[in-house]
Amino acid sequence: MFNAIIKRGLATEAKAVAPRLKTFKIYRWSPDKPAEKPRLQEYQVDLNQCGPMVLDALIKIKNEQDATLTFRRSCREGICGSCAMNIGGRNTLACLCRIDQNENKQSKIYPLPHMYIVRDLVPDLTHFYKQYKSIQPYLQRSQVPEDGKENLQSIADRKKLDGLYECILCACCSTSCPSYWWNQEQYLGPAVLMQAYRWLIDSRDEAAGIRKQMLQNSMSLYRCHTIMNCTRTCPKGLNPGKAIAEIKKALAVD
Amino acid sequence: MFKSFLKPGIVGLRPTLMTSNTRGLMAAVRHQGTVVTKMTSEKEQNELLVSQRKVRPVSPHLTIYQPQLTWYLSSLHRVSGVFLALVFYSVTIGFGVSTVFGLGLSTENLAQFYNEKVPSWMDLTVKAGYGYLFAFHFGNGIRHLIWDAGKELTIKGVYRTGYAVLALTAIMGSYILTW
Repeated sequence: MFNAIIKRGLATEAKAVAPRLKTFKIYRWSPDKPAEKPRLQEYQVDLNQCGPMVLDALIKIKNEQDATLTFRRSCREGICGSCAMNIGGRNTLACLCRIDQNENKQSKIYPLPHMYIVRDLVPDLTHFYKQYKSIQPYLQRSQVPEDGKENLQSIADRKKLDGLYECILCACCSTSCPSYWWNQEQYLGPAVLMQAYRWLIDSRDEAAGIRKQMLQNSMSLYRCHTIMNCTRTCPKGLNPGKAIAEIKKALAVD
Repeated sequence: MFKSFLKPGIVGLRPTLMTSNTRGLMAAVRHQGTVVTKMTSEKEQNELLVSQRKVRPVSPHLTIYQPQLTWYLSSLHRVSGVFLALVFYSVTIGFGVSTVFGLGLSTENLAQFYNEKVPSWMDLTVKAGYGYLFAFHFGNGIRHLIWDAGKELTIKGVYRTGYAVLALTAIMGSYILTW
């Protein structure tokens, strides 16, 4: 027994483990060499030395192998939406996406589909944010509450906002939508339309009429053909497709 | 003390943390590292941005996106709709033009042509193509009507109705084929 205590108290040598090298193929393009076509660059990562998520692998590559690899990241827990990218063919957040532990399979990482590329895995989201701004994502009322404090709403009315307000605007859904790929200049896309719906059904908001009027044209809303890639890919488990269908229903009886 | 500042690590130091003395040293150090920066005016920066934006690529989309029932069925719906419409319109317009110009196209001689000249493999291909695509377009059309009512718009619902439509396509298409 005494032996066991001694043994546990002393540092024991870690067994040498054979490295489990997994290949990551990552989309590269640099504005410094614009003539060079985008390419996939291969990196080998030892899974025994790496955290479980794809973001861990990306950070490891950037730290140890190639400091020029560029990507956005911030919170590493799926609340900021910075590390949205296309991993293994589907859009998701790198920090929420587990690395497939099968080393024989290569993992391919692309930026969000059909977006202008700033560099490597960084897409230009300027237009996406402009579209979000265009739906006026803020409370509009003619009067402030009499006590000067809060705009009250019933529990049932508050409940309508669940599943809508949680959106972190990572753009995974919008950039998974083929309609958005072909018409993103005019079509607002699932992420922005879900927020449009979020303000449309807020019982405290008084601008529903104008909000509906803004969507009442052939491009802003109706380029949605219920493909449902948006709901399929949302890393937060939200349902933009359903929200868009609800707007369509509201506009149909408007 | 300043000797330690001359190490490359100094580059990461924020300007607010530096004294005027170290800042003078920094200016000397700046070009020793591998990264050489140069001053640009706002106009130059803007020009650089515009020239970079002109050549920036669009990230890959259709070719790299994971095959999923969602968008595969959607594109099949579009393709089948276009195909069915093309056949339908070309036949009806053919009949109309024939009537106006008296070209003598009628159901009888069209059927005769089909029975005598069209080989059986071609017959099968046309019937299968049209039959299965029609069955799919019909079924998926109903699926869309259900969606438009706001129902079955969850991942579970999308897959359930999707597989139902595929099953319907198999049964109804085979029925049309053996007609």
